[in-house]
Amino acid sequence: MPDVVRLHYDVDGENFMAAGEASSAVKNVLRRLGFGEDLVRRAAICLYEGEINMVIHANGGAIDVSVSPQAIEMVLQDQGDGIPDIEQAMREGFSTASDRVRDLGFGAGMGLPNMRRYADSLEVTSEPGKGTRVLMTLRIAPV
Amino acid sequence: MSTWHSVTLIRDKCKGCTTCIKHCPTEAIRVRRGKAVIVDERCVDCGRCIQVCPHHAKRAVCDSFDKLGGFVYNVALPAPSLYGQFHNLDDVNIVLAALTKIGFDQVFEVSAAAEMISDATRRRMRDKERLPRPVISSACPAAVRLICQRFPRLIGHLASHIAPVDLAAILARRAAARETGLPPEKNGVFFITPCPAKATAVTNPVGLSRPVIDGALDMSEVYLRLLPAMKKVENPPQIATSGIMGIGWAASGGESAALLGESHIAVDGIENIIKVLEDVEDGKLPEIEFLELGACTQGCVGGCLTVENPFAAKARVKQLMKFLPVSRSRMTDEIEPLSYMDTPLSHVPVWQFDTDMATAMEKHARIEALRERLPWLDCASCGAPSCRSLAEDVVMGFASEEDCIFRMRERMMYLSGTGDAEQYLPPPFREQKK
Repeated sequence: MPDVVRLHYDVDGENFMAAGEASSAVKNVLRRLGFGEDLVRRAAICLYEGEINMVIHANGGAIDVSVSPQAIEMVLQDQGDGIPDIEQAMREGFSTASDRVRDLGFGAGMGLPNMRRYADSLEVTSEPGKGTRVLMTLRIAPV
Repeated sequence: MSTWHSVTLIRDKCKGCTTCIKHCPTEAIRVRRGKAVIVDERCVDCGRCIQVCPHHAKRAVCDSFDKLGGFVYNVALPAPSLYGQFHNLDDVNIVLAALTKIGFDQVFEVSAAAEMISDATRRRMRDKERLPRPVISSACPAAVRLICQRFPRLIGHLASHIAPVDLAAILARRAAARETGLPPEKNGVFFITPCPAKATAVTNPVGLSRPVIDGALDMSEVYLRLLPAMKKVENPPQIATSGIMGIGWAASGGESAALLGESHIAVDGIENIIKVLEDVEDGKLPEIEFLELGACTQGCVGGCLTVENPFAAKARVKQLMKFLPVSRSRMTDEIEPLSYMDTPLSHVPVWQFDTDMATAMEKHARIEALRERLPWLDCASCGAPSCRSLAEDVVMGFASEEDCIFRMRERMMYLSGTGDAEQYLPPPFREQKK
């Protein structure tokens, strides 16, 4: 059997309160697999930010996480409106969130910047009108 | 460190009914051969199983009163929750005086040590840099053990004070040595405990390299001895050394109230604790400065060795506090060093699938695959609390797939070669007729 753990989560775009469930679940699995706290924390932050983005901007989506002793790869795929200008979206403080979302305390424009800070690599591909795919990788330093 | 636990099964009374395994917050119980079995490494002695068992087949084992006979001079350390057990009590000194009539030579209130710890924590929290927020109370041993097992990232948030009873014991022992001049082993120090978690901590202390208390006495047993003795107390001497801030620790909210801050929350009940700790870990409660945790309903007054309903006991403690000064014991520079843990707490990885990561991943994959084949009914007939925990047990080598009655049935059908499985299925599982 290959040393890869695959986890899949569907993110419900209608349910604000459930956002964060996938990152919580992944956090617990990583811990039980024996990953260190720093890595567990970074993975949880990245995933949480991604999850929130999918709920706010894309009416939900799907998360696929694959974990090997070398790396954690997280793919977030949605069928939302897409991001017209990815470079702009990466800037701290830039947000297209609605006032309603901002009133709830989200939309500070820190989602993608945080993902970039805590992941070892971040790739965002987006097609306006079709959706966005976010790939984050966390590399595991050999012990 | 020994693996001794206060929470113990009374074998003859256990019917193997699976109630306890469904309520255990750390999934530390299985049913085997018709009897509950506690997994020592996972049990945090919260006492939930004692509270929920319909057959009273679980109990909190404490020391016998006879143990006092092994010492020349004995000091009682009453937990403040004791004061909430009596009708119409208007003076704590009556309880303290009665303790000296039922076998103790001296009394040292745990609430006095609690007051000192509140005093120190209040001062330490003024300096924002020193303690990461939220500061988490380290007073409830069940909560601390839970954090060490399941929330390793929050270990650094624990206040790192020893429990008030441990500080009380250290101070009481010093006072006893001064007073009696006896060699240390002749002075006994006994805690009157409201719960099994604290009884276990007497033998296996939290954050201390060695035990500092000679024994834990069951509060309900002490209560029965105290009632007649209290009736005979007239004009009790003024020996109480704690006030509102110390005695308030008896019930949920008291410890945080004594810190005089605003962004403090008090969480009682171990299920609630788990939810709040998850939120804290995920950064969802950034405004909270201090988190008080008590595994029992309403805090220590809800411990399973108490006599009175926890809500009534809390009201009584509040009533008692009306007549008390705010505080009577303060932390001094001389005592403060004694109030810290001497052994750092660390992650107890009882939930890890394997110490080798590749093996852990392989086990995880097998657990997930098996889980898919189980009925998701969580009926606990297999002796594990849920289908997921059975899948884990099978892969970890503690159970077999055929422990599931549904898997077993399929296997028997296959072996006997008979056809219609449907008619033997319970109603929730029959296919809908087309």
